[in-house]
Formats: sequence, C-alpha cells, structure tokens
Amino acid sequence: MSVVFFAIAAILVISGGIGVVAARNIVYAALSLLVAMVGTAGVFLIGLAEFLALVQLLIYGGAVVIVILFSLMLTKIQDFEFLTANKQWPIALIVAIFLLGLLGISILVEGSATTTMGSTNISELGLSLFSDWAIPFELASLVLLIALIGAVVVVRRDNGEDK
Amino acid sequence: MNMPEIVGLFFKASLLLFFILMVVLILTLAERKALARIQQRKGPNRVGFKGILQPFADALKLLTKEDILPASANKQIFWIAPLAVFLPGFLIWVTIPLAKEVVLANLDMGLFYITAISVLSVMGLLMAGWGSANKWAMIGGLRAAGQLISYEIPFIMAILAIGILAQSFNLKEIVDDQARWPFAIKQPLGLFIFLTAGLAELGRTPFDIHHAESEVVGGPFVEYSGAHWSVFYLAEYMNTFTIAVLTVLLFLGGWQSPVLPFSGIVQTVASLSWFLIKTALVIWVIFWIRGTYPRVRIDQLMSFGWKILVPASFINIFLTASVLYYALPHWVITVVSLGFLGVTFYFIKKGSLAGHKQNTVTIINSSDIRAQLSNRAEV
Repeated sequence: MSVVFFAIAAILVISGGIGVVAARNIVYAALSLLVAMVGTAGVFLIGLAEFLALVQLLIYGGAVVIVILFSLMLTKIQDFEFLTANKQWPIALIVAIFLLGLLGISILVEGSATTTMGSTNISELGLSLFSDWAIPFELASLVLLIALIGAVVVVRRDNGEDK
Repeated sequence: MNMPEIVGLFFKASLLLFFILMVVLILTLAERKALARIQQRKGPNRVGFKGILQPFADALKLLTKEDILPASANKQIFWIAPLAVFLPGFLIWVTIPLAKEVVLANLDMGLFYITAISVLSVMGLLMAGWGSANKWAMIGGLRAAGQLISYEIPFIMAILAIGILAQSFNLKEIVDDQARWPFAIKQPLGLFIFLTAGLAELGRTPFDIHHAESEVVGGPFVEYSGAHWSVFYLAEYMNTFTIAVLTVLLFLGGWQSPVLPFSGIVQTVASLSWFLIKTALVIWVIFWIRGTYPRVRIDQLMSFGWKILVPASFINIFLTASVLYYALPHWVITVVSLGFLGVTFYFIKKGSLAGHKQNTVTIINSSDIRAQLSNRAEV
C-alpha cells in the first residue's frame, strides 16, 4: 500500500519540479513549486516523519511559496517572457551537480534505509532540537529570511526599470 | 491497511462532510436571523415555518445558477481556486474531536497539524484573485494574503502557548487537562488573541477588508458565480465553525461538563450536546461582533496586528513558559495577563497606540454641533 502512496508523492514531486523549470508563466512556476513541496511533505509522511512533513507544509508550502507568489503577482508577466533563457544557468547547473553528487555519495556510503523507521515523540524532538541541535535549528530560520529578501528583490528590480 | 479499513475511513469522512454541510446550512440561517435580531428586522421568514427552509432554497438556487468564466480569466487556476480554499479547511477536521471518542484520527501532533494545514488556504484566495484577471479581485487577493499572513503569527503563537500549558499537542489530552479549570481562566490573554486573530483569519466582518464590498467590490470572489461561488461561501462558514470549535476545545474545556452522571453511549451523546451548546455560544459571540462593529480600515488592521497582537502573543508565550519553568502557581499567568490586557485597552482607548492620531474621520458630538449652530444664530 505504501508503494502506491510513494508513487503518487514521487509523481507530484517530479512533475512539480519539472513544472518549476519548464513553465513559461512565472505564476505557474511558483504554483508548481507548491505542488513539489506538498509532494515532498507526502514523502516525509510515508517515512513516518510527521513533524518534518508538517514543517515542510508550514514553512515551504505556507510561508515561502506565498511570499514568492505575493511578489510575483505584483510584477508584470511581460517582464518574464524569457524565463527559461536565464543567465544564471551555469550556477544552477553547478549547484544541481553538487547536490546530486552529495546525495549520491551519502546513499552509497550509508546504504539505503539503514535507519529504522518509527513515529517521533514530539517532546523528545523538542528537547533535542533546543539542546543538541540549537544552532542548526536557528540557522534554518535563515531560509525564511532569504525567501523574503529574494521576493523583495524581484519586485524592486521591476520598479527600478520603470524609473 | 486493507480494503475494509479504507472503505470504513471513506464512509466516516463522507459522514463528516455531511455533518459539516448540515452545520453550514444551519449557520447561514442562524447568522441571518441573529443579524436581523440585532438590527431589529425579522430576517428570512417565508420559506417553510419561520423561514427554516431558507438555506435549502438558497443552496438550490446557487447550484442551478449559471457558472460564468470571464473571457480573460486563467481557466485552470480560476476553477481550482475554490477547491484550494475549501480543502485545507476540511482536512483540519480529520483531527478535531467532537466528544471523547467521536474523532476521525486522534493525532499526537493534532494542534501542529491544524496550524500547518490552515496556512495553505491563503493560496486559494491568491489563486482566485490572480486567476480572475480582474483588478478588484487581484487587490482583494493580495489584501487577503497580507492579512492572513500577518494574523497567522499571533494565531499560531496563542495555540503554542496552549501546547506549552497542556504539555501536549494532542487535542484530546488538552481537553482532559482542562477537567478542573478551563484554559480560558488560565489564559485570558491567549483567548483574546486567539479569538481576534481567528476572526481576522476568517475574514469576518470587523476584519473583512479582502472582500469589502464598498472598497474592492467582493475581492477575490468578484468574478465567481453559482456553484463555484458557493464553495467559497461554504468554506467561510465551515471555517467559522472550526474557529468556534477550536475555541471551545482549547479554552472552554471541550466536552468537559460540571455534572453528567451517565455512562456508555448516553454519556457520549450528552457530552456531544454539551460541546455543541458551548460551540453555539461562541458562534453567537462571533455573529454578535459582526453585528456590532464596523469594518476596520486596512492600515488600522495591519498596525493592530503587528503593533499590538504580535507583541502580545510573544508576551503570552514568554509568560506561560516562565511560569511553568519556575513552577509558579498558574494563577500568576491569569493575573499578569489580565493586567496586561487592562493596560493595553487603556492605551488603545487613550489613542496613543495603533496610530489613532492619523484618523481621517473626526467624531463630533451632536451637542457640540448644536452649540455651534446656536452660537452662529446668536451672531
């Protein structure tokens, strides 16, 4: 049964990811990002990581995508006609290859599914988050800050051209 | 999970949907009757006995009305948007218990699940606004997003304080924890923040700037008609019911009652009715607020949210956490938060908070006008 759910979630993630890159309309791209994020939450849920799945929905599905959409809807669609002809593609390629390599190596070294899956206890989770992992936890909040600044930058550039 | 279990869950979910649809139908009539009473009118009284069948007539009318798609609208996004508003609101109900055993799935992270899912409904409003290709809808959608994002913070923080106090995110355990004292007594500040932010999340009348008829004509819903519009309407009333139910669960002790000397099925029914009576009272307060207060302006809404509600919610959480950490008696929270509420209201009344000095409207007493007029007559 979980194979079926995993297949659905994986299709959501992959089709959403392709949509983000391939969509000509930038609002479609942002909505595809939402689909990919919800699919990722589904994958976490199948791995019995409910807390992570909900955080995924709350932070990425709720905050990040909404902030991105909010600013995109304030821009003119004509400004993004050549969305796919972006000058930043070499950087994106390097990051993608690096991430792929990192994930591949970690799977090769650790092997697949070595950890035992079990439901998380929320109080234990909270204790370890705020004691052993306090600094990484606080660093994660930078994600939101970056999303916010990025959204503002997209809108501001639009204003600059008008002047 | 095997086939009969899935069929059973599907059946329960349909039952839940039916229950919520019935509640929504009753709520539409109740709201119109309540507002009519406040405004000294009779309200709907033609269809059925005292207008009791009015909601069914309305539903029939809405379902048979033509669905119009504006020519320049974005078809897919326009049609998906009502569902994107309704679905998160309905998914919340998976974990909301109505009585001790009446729940679809009692999740350990129930409260966290509710906050995470409820955030997603903003997306539907934004999609409706953008997809309609209408300037009013667009402005309404952006207003909705701005309002909902701002008021989400105090809403979630008030919920978090409850989680800290009950030491659990499980709704059933939270209700069990209130067997002696409901959290409304321990968390008066939390209750105030939760209800205010909850009303803003709903976009009900004091806070309905995103579909204010006199400003943005109808906001994100302006181009919708017929069945698709009724889905938005359904979602709004369902969310009103959800907020009322959550208020009862988190602050008013849920199905806990002073004396219910029954056992077995009778007890379940009795506690369910007790719970619904409490919910009805909260809903009446929500209608009452709608009938009493005029709509706030958008800058007042934003400054109230960010300058008063957000700091107040942080103070509430800090207070609750420190009282629990230093093992002080719980009434300390009550006293300090009541004091804080009093001070805040005093300053709001005085007008030195929330930018009251920028008011464009000045209130003149009728006696002043009369005095001025009589002065002029004398000159």
